[in-house]
Amino acid sequence: MSSEAVRQEEQPVPPGSVLRYTFRERAIHWTAGFSYLYLLCTGLAFWSPWLFWLAVVFGGGQISRTLHPWVGLIFSVAVCFMYSVWAPQMHFTDLDGKWFKAIRFYITNQDEKMPPAGRYNAGQKALFWFFFYGGLLLLLSGLILWFTESLPWSWRYLRYAAILVHASVALLSIGNFMIHVYMGVFAERGALNSVIRGWVTLNFVKRFHPGWYKELIGESSAANDLSRRE
Amino acid sequence: MGQATLRVQKISGHAGSVPGKDAQRDLEVCKLIDTTTCIGCKACEVACVEWNSMPFSPTMFDNTYQTMPETRWDYWNLILFNEHPREDNTLQWLMRKHQCMHCAEPGCLEACPADGAIVQYTNGIVDFQQANCIGCGYCITGCPFNIPKFNPETKRVYKCTLCSDRVSEGLEPACIKSCPTGCLHFGTKEDMKVLAEGRAKQLRDFSGYANAGVYDPPGVGGTGVIYVLHDATRPEEYGGLPSNPTIPMAVQLWKHPLKWLGNLAIVGGLVGLFVHYLRFGPKPHDDEPTSHQGAQP
Repeated sequence: MSSEAVRQEEQPVPPGSVLRYTFRERAIHWTAGFSYLYLLCTGLAFWSPWLFWLAVVFGGGQISRTLHPWVGLIFSVAVCFMYSVWAPQMHFTDLDGKWFKAIRFYITNQDEKMPPAGRYNAGQKALFWFFFYGGLLLLLSGLILWFTESLPWSWRYLRYAAILVHASVALLSIGNFMIHVYMGVFAERGALNSVIRGWVTLNFVKRFHPGWYKELIGESSAANDLSRRE
Repeated sequence: MGQATLRVQKISGHAGSVPGKDAQRDLEVCKLIDTTTCIGCKACEVACVEWNSMPFSPTMFDNTYQTMPETRWDYWNLILFNEHPREDNTLQWLMRKHQCMHCAEPGCLEACPADGAIVQYTNGIVDFQQANCIGCGYCITGCPFNIPKFNPETKRVYKCTLCSDRVSEGLEPACIKSCPTGCLHFGTKEDMKVLAEGRAKQLRDFSGYANAGVYDPPGVGGTGVIYVLHDATRPEEYGGLPSNPTIPMAVQLWKHPLKWLGNLAIVGGLVGLFVHYLRFGPKPHDDEPTSHQGAQP
């Protein structure tokens, strides 16, 4: 892919490494990441009295209530950018079905028994689509909750739907978020660096994204870095 | 100073027990509204606005005696006027004084996430504490009677207090004091129920209202405001008084099963991920000299 060549030109990477995320991708990721963290903390404060102290930490209940929807808009914009950048690479293929069927090997760290994932494995794709459609639902229900008092009484069923949708999707998102952070920070060493400094080692690519590795090898005549592989 | 004598029995968004709960019993108070003797004079509206130092709200004309469509954040008490065609094609005017019902099981308080923004006193009055209100509007969703109203300037929600400041000093609510026909009564819930049932029986036996009855809906645990209606089988005729009000199903699902399922899932998920790390650890790959520590080759 010629886009890979463009990637390599953006910034120098250490020998034996390849650029996985451009600055633009990383910036979008962390815009979504930090806004999600704020939404999570203030949202949990409104979710349970046991966690209301979180709202106090973030400046008090009134400020949390005022800022939560605005930060929600920032998160929504970031998700839209993510869609524009990543959606073309996230379409499910037959391989992804096989990947899900073999997921127990992935969970038990027997990655060599997994069908070869491409640039994104099926789990990453599922996470992406969850946050795209889930984000859309959270935005729509959130808008109703934002302007609750403006809805006429005869439209109150929209409010009822909104509180259930907002809470349910938020809970699902917490599950996805926990797995995402666990995978990125703890389980796959090197993944966190890829979304901070942008690059991953070729060994990382070879083990976790063999399909993408093949694509890179195909270009190896053009990229000097790749000749250093093992 | 007045509220010093009011003790609290329920607190919104509160973790833990209610301080001083059950230390002192109190008689439940109740407002009785006899719609059959209301003449729609709106003296109660004026008294409410005056006592609570609220400005007069602009009215609108809709070809009836209705002065505004619904209560406002600074207009807590409104006579709802309805023209009800009888079966014999004559017309009946139904007037209903509309305000907070002070439910025994208040949906607003159930839905509220802010600690202490809504309290229920031991005498049954449900009161908003605007200092603690965060303006989320969940009480608006929780209320089956369309009562809490949002003030966009202060971003807080307001409603009838049942004149908790007056009641705590041994006075009746301002609306009661102003009523010229005696259709409004105030006292203990027990006494008001007896009075209401007596009046309903009188209407059934002597005035030809076979369906006359008392409105004290059990779906919200009974209310601190009860009505005598000419026709208790059709409360909707009185400006949309719900025949069987309950805390909305969505709010109950959200605050009970969904909350506990969600909390369990979050805690279970965290524990599960930690145990996974203990059992399997990070995924081994060739970059790390420590990778041979992994169980797999």
